[in-house]
Amino acid sequence: MNIAVAIDQIPPDALPSTSEAGPAPKRIVVAYGFWIFLLSDIIMFAALFASYAVLVRSTAGGPTGSQLFNQTTVAIETVCLLVSSYTCGLMSLAINSRRYLRTYLWALITFVLGATFLSLEIREFSSMIAIGAAPQRSAFLSAFFTLVGCHGLHVVLGLIWLMVMMVQVMVFGFVARVQNRLLCFSLFWHALDIVWVGVLTVVYLMGVSP
Amino acid sequence: MTEARHERAPGDRPSREMYASAPSELLVYTTGLFVAVLLTATSFWTANTALLWPGGVFLGLAVLAIAQMGIHLLFFLHISSGPESTNNVLALAFGTLIVFVVVAGTMWIVADMNANMMMPQGAPMSMKMQH
Repeated sequence: MNIAVAIDQIPPDALPSTSEAGPAPKRIVVAYGFWIFLLSDIIMFAALFASYAVLVRSTAGGPTGSQLFNQTTVAIETVCLLVSSYTCGLMSLAINSRRYLRTYLWALITFVLGATFLSLEIREFSSMIAIGAAPQRSAFLSAFFTLVGCHGLHVVLGLIWLMVMMVQVMVFGFVARVQNRLLCFSLFWHALDIVWVGVLTVVYLMGVSP
Repeated sequence: MTEARHERAPGDRPSREMYASAPSELLVYTTGLFVAVLLTATSFWTANTALLWPGGVFLGLAVLAIAQMGIHLLFFLHISSGPESTNNVLALAFGTLIVFVVVAGTMWIVADMNANMMMPQGAPMSMKMQH
């Protein structure tokens, strides 16, 4: 069998194998690297979750979770973050179809929801500190403020990043490198929502359940 | 043959050329939101109900949280088990393993140390040495 016949026998819809296809496009490399970063970030959160779970009973005579947590606030926070994750997904659809107005609109809604989440969390923290439930009160409160505060800090960084990305879209338009960064941003934002599911369950719902 | 067989970027949907029957992307996100809201509402109900045995509440909340994380990965991050997503899934599996080792290992070790600290007051020293 000569080579020409052998090539003819390959079905036309077969794609070249990964080794024949050459290096992957930049979008895939960038997003995969960011995916690795996100997983390592989640591992850091796992350490904070572990320390919280160990210290949750060490209240040193101070207030416990069920005395401090307000479920209504937590429910509103959860809805804000969940819907902002959804609008972030819709933003990435608008980016893929290169529509400026929709991108700005969904980015604005995502930003407002994230900022609402953050203001509720800051209000919760300041009201806790006002009644003496500050981080230095007990090991439980130290672990609580570290875990939830670290998530809140990530949300702050995400909001700043979103603003920077919108400026980049305005200045550079939908060029490939801006689209890659926007893909990383949406991965980051969805990952924050996954971490929040853990915070909601481990800290708030398990904290208030009898 | 323009599209070479590459891994897919995490977060990217499979291209329309490869999966002609793929559902609309808006529908995927909306389904994800719907299921996530349903699971969140169930979590809140589970935490507040008096119908369930307290030990079951703890377990139910854990299961609901893991289910919701899976829903987020599938519908929002588009992590699938397809052949072009192997690298992403392998990285995720390794990350999950480390998370499990860190959390379960810490809780196990500290609980064990706690248990060893709680010796009866009058216990002889030789009993403590056995541990």
